[in-house]
Amino acid sequence: MISFGMTEEQELVRDGMREFAADAIRPIARECDENSAIPDEFLQGIWELGLTSTQIPEQYGGGGEDRSPVTNAILLEELAHGDATLAVAALAPSAFANAVVDQGSEEQKQKYLPLFGGEKFHVGSLAVLEPRPVADAMLPRTVAEPKGGDGFVLSGVKSFVAFGDRASHFIVVARTGENVEAFVVARDASGLTISEPELNMGLKGLTTVSLELERVEVAAADRLGGEAGCDVRRLLDSSRAALCAVQVGVARAVLEYCVPYAKDRVAFDEPISKKQSIAFRLSDMHIEIEAMRLLSWKTASLLEQGIDATKAAQLARGYVAEKGLWIADNGIQVLGGHGFIREHPVEMWFRNARTLGVLEGTIGL
Amino acid sequence: MIDFTLTENDKKALARTRAEALICRKHARYYDENEAELPPEVLPETEEFEKNAEDIPAPQPGDTPGPVMMALHSIGQTWGDYSVRLRRGDGGLGNAALRAAGTPEQQEKWGGLTLAMAITEPGCGSDPSMVSTTAVLAEGSDEWVINGEKIFVTTGLRADGAVIWATIDKSAGRAGIKSFLVEKGTPGFEVSQKEKKLGIRADDTTAYVFSDCRIPRENLLGLDETIPKKSSGGFRGVMKTFNMTRPLVAALGLGLAEAALDFTREQLEDAGIEIQYGSGLGGLTAAAEKFVRLEALYEASELTTLQCVWLAGQGKPNNMESSVCKAHAGSAVRTITQGCIEILGALGISRQHLLEKWARDCRITDIYEGTGEIQRLIIARGLFDYTRADLK
Ligand SMILES: Cc1cc2nc3c(=O)[nH]c(=O)nc-3n(C[C@H](O)[C@H](O)[C@H](O)COP(=O)(O)OP(=O)(O)OC[C@H]3O[C@@H](n4cnc5c(N)ncnc54)[C@H](O)[C@@H]3O)c2cc1C
Repeated sequence: MISFGMTEEQELVRDGMREFAADAIRPIARECDENSAIPDEFLQGIWELGLTSTQIPEQYGGGGEDRSPVTNAILLEELAHGDATLAVAALAPSAFANAVVDQGSEEQKQKYLPLFGGEKFHVGSLAVLEPRPVADAMLPRTVAEPKGGDGFVLSGVKSFVAFGDRASHFIVVARTGENVEAFVVARDASGLTISEPELNMGLKGLTTVSLELERVEVAAADRLGGEAGCDVRRLLDSSRAALCAVQVGVARAVLEYCVPYAKDRVAFDEPISKKQSIAFRLSDMHIEIEAMRLLSWKTASLLEQGIDATKAAQLARGYVAEKGLWIADNGIQVLGGHGFIREHPVEMWFRNARTLGVLEGTIGL
Repeated sequence: MIDFTLTENDKKALARTRAEALICRKHARYYDENEAELPPEVLPETEEFEKNAEDIPAPQPGDTPGPVMMALHSIGQTWGDYSVRLRRGDGGLGNAALRAAGTPEQQEKWGGLTLAMAITEPGCGSDPSMVSTTAVLAEGSDEWVINGEKIFVTTGLRADGAVIWATIDKSAGRAGIKSFLVEKGTPGFEVSQKEKKLGIRADDTTAYVFSDCRIPRENLLGLDETIPKKSSGGFRGVMKTFNMTRPLVAALGLGLAEAALDFTREQLEDAGIEIQYGSGLGGLTAAAEKFVRLEALYEASELTTLQCVWLAGQGKPNNMESSVCKAHAGSAVRTITQGCIEILGALGISRQHLLEKWARDCRITDIYEGTGEIQRLIIARGLFDYTRADLK
């Protein structure tokens, strides 16, 4: 039955996260961007909200609540309305944990999930992107060759791996002959070189690294899903939907900043909000934000119901990335020269939207 | 719960509409090329179809709510053809106005008629407060005397009558504008020929002239003859009709866009270009990449439309949403159909296929029921908390 109604619980989550984002995220966003660092207290604080652990089954040390990608999309939008960097940081551990919950073998669940049930911030990361032109997540250059007898040998380069400075494990997407698979690689695996933090345009507070895999050996049991393997598309669908939700939050932040600014800023004897070129631009932002949110909900909802979400995720991702960037870009324009100055957040939101638009992996629903 | 799936019942009902729409599609080209003719009230294939078609299942609890289904049926219908219907008689825009503004007795009395809606005049379109058609109570009688001219009246020929906007006091501005029901055959009510148009040519779009046309006093919808001071109360009431008609207009455009996408996909596949999902840019040809973008635009538009009617069904405010979906669809269907033509080139502009017709037909979506600009105006007022005087 087609319905656009949130459950009561989702409304509570939305309201709670909105408040949290306003109180605890927005105020420190600029500082994290300028310092290219997120304070440990923030990560620990958000960890204690249990965003990652509550949806891990009880038998693996989690809260045992149903996984709801829709609820996650709703909460991500709210966190990202505070700040995209901190929203991505908050949900990054879930990307790894959810991948294991959804697609891990029994052995992998027992081994990795309890790491996320503890009291201290813990993170594992997805390594999907590769540093080359027209990189396509489903056509990775990183390869996993079967090792004589048992296991695989991984070689290649991955980039934009979130929290590479502290992740205990990485889920690395690689090609095995015709197939694309994912492998769990421990941080201390021999042959794995973790780079210094990358220097990126946006999401600057988030430490990302490149991984160089030089004949890294993993056991057969380290293939995500074990013998059965996994569906990398599903990993990507989930990450695309999550990135969409973040973009919606950023776009809303832009619009909500521009509205009072335009009403206040006077040029040629009247507020610029009374000029249609400005007013209609903001209307378009509103129109697109509604559309972006619904596309991201639809993907999340299909994922939630176990229905193939690949098409929805692709449509949503392309649309949301494009419009999200358009909104952030025009946010600068509405503020004119002031939009270019770091005293206002719109230039940061533009850099973040630009960055989000090219990511794959990183987070998931 | 947020959910985008259809139940089996929903699917059956929609499949029937689409089967019907495909029959209408067979006649689409004919009525496009022979504009002066009106499609018949009942198509020749109707009986055969109705005999063989499965019964429409009665909606069950748990099925998709009525207003959402209504929008999906509208999409399904224009996916076949915009104006050719298997069987006519589903009323006109004026019927929606009667339901919104008429008293129960008025609804009872005229509900069975097909009613056009006549607001637009030669000198007034986007700004309906400039309506200059007048309604004056004739002294010593219980009749309104109507004078003025209306243009671009959809269903103007077929309709049994029309809901028209006229002012009872020009000096009162918008507050003086009221809706009246005028039945065909009333002396002084003259109907002109079908307009010649870019698209939706099977539709009968006409002009009405009222010269000392006398109608009973009770033909004022809502029967409220007072002119509200300061507020534009009554006017706003009539404008509310649009909160339901705008998403439906969006839906009508979307059906055409969907038909264009389906046709384009088939043609691409015949040419060996498969549309695959899940890859990034690396895995797609330029044509496929463009096509996928158009599909995304469609999906976005459909979702905003369905959300708007869903809200209406829940009795929740949907003023902003109705402008959002109308504005979105108005521009999306243009981009989609024109984009499909660009992908298919000569096939796209050939009158042997319907794509060029769909591109012409759907061009109306961004014009009637408030142009895209007017929708943006309404949205901007909402965002800034502005009145009409603040932003126009
Ligand atoms: C096929 C067809 C069917 C129709 N059916 C009906 C019907 O059944 N009943 C009925 O009453 N009418 C009907 N209409 C009329 C339709 O609603 C009007 O044409 C439409 O509202 C635009 O009005 P207009 O044509 O006078 O354009 P104008 O109002 O003259 O507008 C011209 C341009 O100026 C722009 N513009 C106007 N005001 C503003 C503003 N404030 N800010 C920015 N831009 C602005 C418009 O967006 C447009 O681009 C129909 C029209 C057509 C073509």
